[in-house]
Amino acid sequence: MGKTIAEKIFESHLVDRPTADTFVLRLDAVFCHEITTPIAINDLIARGKDRVFDPARIKAVIDHVTPAKDGKTATQGKILREWARRHGIQDFFDIGANGVCHALFPEKGFARPGYTIIMGDSHTCTHGAFGAFAAGVGTTDLEVGILKGVCAFRSPATIKITVNGAMPAGVYAKDVILSIIGRIGVNGATDKVIEFHGPAVGAMSMDERMTLCNMAVEAGATCGICPPDMTTVDYLWPFIKAEFVSPQAALAAYGRFLPDADAGYERIITHDISDLAPQVTFGFKPDQVKPVAEMAGTPLDQVYIGSCTNGRLEDLRVAAQVLRGRRIHPKVRGIVSPATPLIYSQALEEGIIATFMQAGFCVTNPTCGACLGMSNGVLAEGEVCAATTNRNFNGRMGKGAMVHLMSPATAAASALAGSIANSELYKE
Amino acid sequence: MKAFNGPVLFLDRSDINTDEIIPARYLTEISKEALRPHLLEDLSLEEFDPRADIAGKRVIVTRSNFGCGSSREHAPWALEVNGITVVIARSFARIFRQNMFNCGMLAIELPEESIEKLFSRFAGRPAEIAMDFQNSRLTVRSGEEEAVVPFVISDFDRKLVEAGGWVDFADTHYA
Ligand code: SF4
Repeated sequence: MGKTIAEKIFESHLVDRPTADTFVLRLDAVFCHEITTPIAINDLIARGKDRVFDPARIKAVIDHVTPAKDGKTATQGKILREWARRHGIQDFFDIGANGVCHALFPEKGFARPGYTIIMGDSHTCTHGAFGAFAAGVGTTDLEVGILKGVCAFRSPATIKITVNGAMPAGVYAKDVILSIIGRIGVNGATDKVIEFHGPAVGAMSMDERMTLCNMAVEAGATCGICPPDMTTVDYLWPFIKAEFVSPQAALAAYGRFLPDADAGYERIITHDISDLAPQVTFGFKPDQVKPVAEMAGTPLDQVYIGSCTNGRLEDLRVAAQVLRGRRIHPKVRGIVSPATPLIYSQALEEGIIATFMQAGFCVTNPTCGACLGMSNGVLAEGEVCAATTNRNFNGRMGKGAMVHLMSPATAAASALAGSIANSELYKE
Repeated sequence: MKAFNGPVLFLDRSDINTDEIIPARYLTEISKEALRPHLLEDLSLEEFDPRADIAGKRVIVTRSNFGCGSSREHAPWALEVNGITVVIARSFARIFRQNMFNCGMLAIELPEESIEKLFSRFAGRPAEIAMDFQNSRLTVRSGEEEAVVPFVISDFDRKLVEAGGWVDFADTHYA
C-alpha cells in the first residue's frame, strides 16, 4: 500500500522505533515561545544540561504577552532572551521584531515541505499548511527536542478530507474549518493527521491554508497538512531560491512528500462547500457551530480581530473592506492585532490600519494578547466577544466570559452591528 | 516510579480542556508549586467545589477527550503538585496524554463499559484505587464494593513511566 504525506515524512526522519507503536523522529526545527519554554530551560539547567542540539534549528519568539505586563511575564521573557543569547540562537525575535509565532515563523520561511517541526504550542499544526509535519507538544517533549533534536510520536494514521466546491462570496477558510470541526467533532481526529485535499484547498492562498490547518487541533488532530504545490513554492521562493534552479525544480523536489495514489487512509471525508454559509460557534467547544444567520442579533461587548488563526494580511484586508467608511457600534469595543510587524506595516501602507482606526478600533502591537485572555483585551465576567481566534473554551478570554469564533468578515460586520451579523460580502 | 494509589475524584463530563484544568492566566508562573491552588478552578461542572473536592485525591476518573485544547504541560503539573498522578478516562487528547507519560504519570484509557461501571458503582461515594502497574490492573474499592479492572498501556508509555519520564529515557537512548 502507498504512503500518506505524514508516513513519508516519518520514514525520511526516523531515528528509532523503541517499541512497535513509537516513532522517534529527527527534527528539522524546534520553535519556542516564552510561555512554555522557560520551564524547559530551567529544568535543563537544573539537570546540568543547559545545551541546545543545534542553534540554527531553534527559532524563538516572545509573543504571548509582549510588551511584558508584569514582573512574571517580564521574567519569562528574560529567561528566553538570555537563553537565546547564551546559545547563539540567531532567529530570536524580541520586541520590535516579534509577532504571533504561527504567523511570524512561516513569514520568515521557517516552515518547509517535508519538515518535522515541534513547538510547545498546540497550534503548531498551522505549519502543516506548507506540507510539513508540525505538532504541538508539551514542555517535556520540547525540552528533549531542544537538547537532542528528536521527538517521539505514535503512528501517523491519517484522515483525508477532500474539500470540494468553490468558496461562495463572503465565505472564508475559517468558515470551512469551523464547518469541518462541527461535522467531525472536537474528538474527531484525535491522534490522527488530517490531510486537506480537493479543489477548494488547491485554490486557497497560503494565508488561507494556515487558517485551515491552524484549527486542525480543535478536532484533536496532531497536524493538518496541505500537499505542497506551486502556491507553496511561490510563497517560499525568496527563502529557497539558493537551493533550487527554478520554482519548478523546487516543486519537483517537494513532490517526494506528496501522498501516493494508493495511500492508506484511516478515513476519507468529502466536504462540499458550494452552499456553505458563514459559520460561528455558540458554546464553549469549537465543534458547537451554527450558520451566522441563526445567531444573528446576539449582543456583543467586544470584537477581537487577530491571532494565529486570522491575524494575517488577507484577514485584515477583508475586515477593512467591511469596515471602510463606517463606525463600529458605540456599545462595542473593537480591537485589532496585526499578527506580525510585517503584516502591520503592510496594513499601514495599504491604509487598512487607518480604516480600522476611523471605524473606532484600537490597534495593538503584534501579540497573542487577548486570544488567551492574558493581556490586551481580557473580558469581564458575563461579557461576550466575537473573535477571529480559534478557541471558545470557558474562560479562555476571561473568566465567566463567552467567545464566539468567526471569520474576520463576520467579526467586522458584527462590530458594526453591535451584535452577531453576516457581512454584506455574503449574499444568501 | 511514582505512587499511583489513593482516593478517587470523579469528574462526570467529557471534553474537559486544559484551560479548565489550569487557566491561561496562571501560565506566567515559572514554578510548578504555584499552580497548586488553581487546579480545575474554571471547570464547568455542577456542584463541583475545586478546593474541597480535590483535597486528598490521587486519581481522577472522567469521560472522553480529557485534556483537549492547549499543549500546556502546566495541566499535568497542576495535577501532580496536588498529588494526582493518575487520570483514567474513556479517551485523552494526544498532547495531554503524552505529557502525562512524559512526566512519568499515568493516563489510562478504558473502554466505555468500564468507565460506565466505575461511574455507576462508585461515583458519589468515597472510593480508592489500588494500582497493580506490573500486571496492568487496578482495583477500585468503596466499603464492601470492589471492582478489578484490567487496562492496557503501550509498551513505550510503560517504559516512560518506569524511566521516570521522557527526559530520562531520551538521555539514556539518544546522543
Ligand atoms: S494567537 Fe492565540 S492560539 Fe495562536 S499561538 Fe497565540 S495564544 Fe495560541
